[in-house]
Amino acid sequence: MVALVATPALAAPARVVSMNLCTDQLALMLAAPGQLISVGSYAQDPDLSPMADAAKALPANHGRAEEIYLMAPDLVLTGQFSAGPAVRMLQDLGIPVQILPPADTIPQIRDQITRIGDLLGRQDAARDLLARFDEGLARIPQRTKGRALFYDANGFTAGGQTLSDTILTRAGWQNIAADLGITGPGALPLEQMVMATPDLIVTGARWPGQSRAEAILDHPALRHAAKVPTVTTDNTWICGTPFILTAIENLP
Amino acid sequence: MTPLFRLLVALVLALFVTSLLIGPAGVGALASLKALVLGGDGPLPIVMRQIRLPRALLGVAVGAGLGLTGAAMQGYLRNPLAEPGLIGVSGMAALGAVIAIQTGASLAFALALPAAALAGAAIGIGLLVALAGPRGGSVTLILAGVAISAMAGAGTALVLNLSPNPYAANEIIFWLMGSLADRSLVHVALALPPMALGAALIATTARGLDALTLGEAAAQALGIDATTLRWRLIAGVALIVGPATAVAGAIGFVGLVVPHLLRPWVGARPSRLLPASALGGAALLLAADIAVRVITPERDLKLGVLTAIVGAPLFLHLIWKTRSGGRI
Amino acid sequence: MLRLENLSVIRRNRPVLKGIDLTVGASEFIGLIGPNGAGKSTLMEAALGLIPATGQSSLAQLPAAARARHAAYLPQAKEIAWPVSVRDLVSLGRLAWPGGGGTSADRQAIDRAITRMGLQDFTHRTAQRLSGGEQARALIARALAQDTPLLLADEPIAGLDPAQQLATMRLFAELARERRGVVASIHDLGLAARFCTRLVLLAQGRIIADGPPDEVLRDDLMTRAFGITLCRVQTPDGLAILPV
Repeated sequence: MVALVATPALAAPARVVSMNLCTDQLALMLAAPGQLISVGSYAQDPDLSPMADAAKALPANHGRAEEIYLMAPDLVLTGQFSAGPAVRMLQDLGIPVQILPPADTIPQIRDQITRIGDLLGRQDAARDLLARFDEGLARIPQRTKGRALFYDANGFTAGGQTLSDTILTRAGWQNIAADLGITGPGALPLEQMVMATPDLIVTGARWPGQSRAEAILDHPALRHAAKVPTVTTDNTWICGTPFILTAIENLP
Repeated sequence: MTPLFRLLVALVLALFVTSLLIGPAGVGALASLKALVLGGDGPLPIVMRQIRLPRALLGVAVGAGLGLTGAAMQGYLRNPLAEPGLIGVSGMAALGAVIAIQTGASLAFALALPAAALAGAAIGIGLLVALAGPRGGSVTLILAGVAISAMAGAGTALVLNLSPNPYAANEIIFWLMGSLADRSLVHVALALPPMALGAALIATTARGLDALTLGEAAAQALGIDATTLRWRLIAGVALIVGPATAVAGAIGFVGLVVPHLLRPWVGARPSRLLPASALGGAALLLAADIAVRVITPERDLKLGVLTAIVGAPLFLHLIWKTRSGGRI
Repeated sequence: MLRLENLSVIRRNRPVLKGIDLTVGASEFIGLIGPNGAGKSTLMEAALGLIPATGQSSLAQLPAAARARHAAYLPQAKEIAWPVSVRDLVSLGRLAWPGGGGTSADRQAIDRAITRMGLQDFTHRTAQRLSGGEQARALIARALAQDTPLLLADEPIAGLDPAQQLATMRLFAELARERRGVVASIHDLGLAARFCTRLVLLAQGRIIADGPPDEVLRDDLMTRAFGITLCRVQTPDGLAILPV
């Protein structure tokens, strides 16, 4: 392990493990064949990951220090919110871990692509991906469509500085939650949601099984309040990757 | 009507209207009530009719149900510590509701939710009556209640943890503490009819509960059929607590606090305590539900938190009195 | 008033009451005597139909409401579960009647019972807070308010002071003179001999003697039932009986 730590940072890592749904996807897009040896198990879930098929070709990890240590990685990628005790333990064991912040805005997504490209020693692939992303963004016309509101389980909405806000506004919708002064994710009482009279309601994707938290999405008031059919998010709304182009294009 | 009943009715009405007028939408009282009664265009009638009205209606019904069943169970077990929330009846109802939701039965058939909760509550109260029947003392009652609560809580947690839905596991707190937030008229329609039937059944036990003041043998000799009384009580409690828990979660202590506070005002007679506790329970739950909205307007503070803050010290006080051999 | 024929009770596979034949008529005050465990309480419960029994009881055959209007029962446990007022407690005796306590007939019966037991000054007091003797009187008033031709009382004078014991026995004798039937289990043989019109001696679930006090309180029967003999002392107030 001491030898691994001493490896010069300039050399590209050969055994990369990603343990976060979002770094999983960017790493899958950017890594050289064989360079990425494991992704998180969520990346293989088609409900969560638009790259589930590609992810299934690799062994999955479950974010546990023991299994990841045994894979003998020379680089571990993870997100800020996945950085728990497992990450601290891996660091104590001398494994280089890169903790990446979530990318919620288009500049942040572009930075993330560049950074992961640098970390993997795949600057060329990152440049290609960025070029395609910019091209896709340029194809989307700048329009103004109306006032939209993202509404999810437990009455949570997405205010400014969120990926949902980025997707909504880039698609030409005005995000009501951001106008109400909400930054980041935040709770919005059902009656305030109704009073806001949105032109479009975007609800979170339903998980398998049932929960009370999601029952709010079936509340009759929600149906009465929506003037246009509600839209449900899919796996392209979760991570800041070029897949948000699909999310933007799929919005009415 | 005695002055006490007039006072309680007035209190419930005032709290009901207050409940309708409180909410984050922040609309004037007159405009709100106008939208509620007359309807009209725009979002306000939706807020009033689809969100606030069901919440206030359920506050009245669930509170009245819990107060009534608390008074009935205390009268039957002749023990002031009996209460549906505390001794596991609500917990068993929650378990039934959770099973109905997680197996998908409630999706296939809407009535499956109150029905399963009702079955859970019936098992809970049945076990309790079998273990701590009218001859069991306080210790038996509390021990039986602890065991039933623990079983119900563990079962609920297990079912929710096995759910593929990531939100489900976090909902243990709702089922343990209860909330009226974001309930709809669908819930009102599901819960109210069985609860009304249960209340009618409990009303028929009034004479029997009075007679039980003299003990079981004397009550029987006064013409009270012990078996009929027991089944009416079990069915009545299950019909009320089951559907109430299915829509509002397990809210503890209402059935303990309300009969205790009102008993001196009705001359301690169980038959008079029943309607008084129903009104008192409605008032207490409406007040608690108004308080959670005033204290934390943005979050869903659970109702059971407030009722426990009021009720738990009273419960300790009652145990203390029972312990030192004093009469309640 | 009450006719028992071959009444038997088996509890946990053990016979506790064996073939009881007993008839209680109007104006009779029957003292049920016998050692602890002889079956006195069981006899009353079986006669009322409160516990499963074989044989016949004229009372147990009646529908519950009719039975409650025919016989009042004072159980051994003097229980008052809630802090109700004396008047509310006494009014429970009217539950068996159609008004359930609300009609003017009910109110008259309640008032009569309260007056008879000398509880006029206690009507608004909490029954639980009264002394033991006063509680016993309130509970008897409840049974009187039930206004039945028959009264079954299980150890009504146990735990009372001598004055209360005497008053209770006098009351029961008076009730019998008013053409009611009274059956009471009593341990004080002296009081039983003085006030009862008839004694029934129970031992090991059987009636071993039934008749006027003189006939029942014979030394051979006392030895058989209790393992004691009686010392009789003639006093100016009547016969005093001392167990020896």
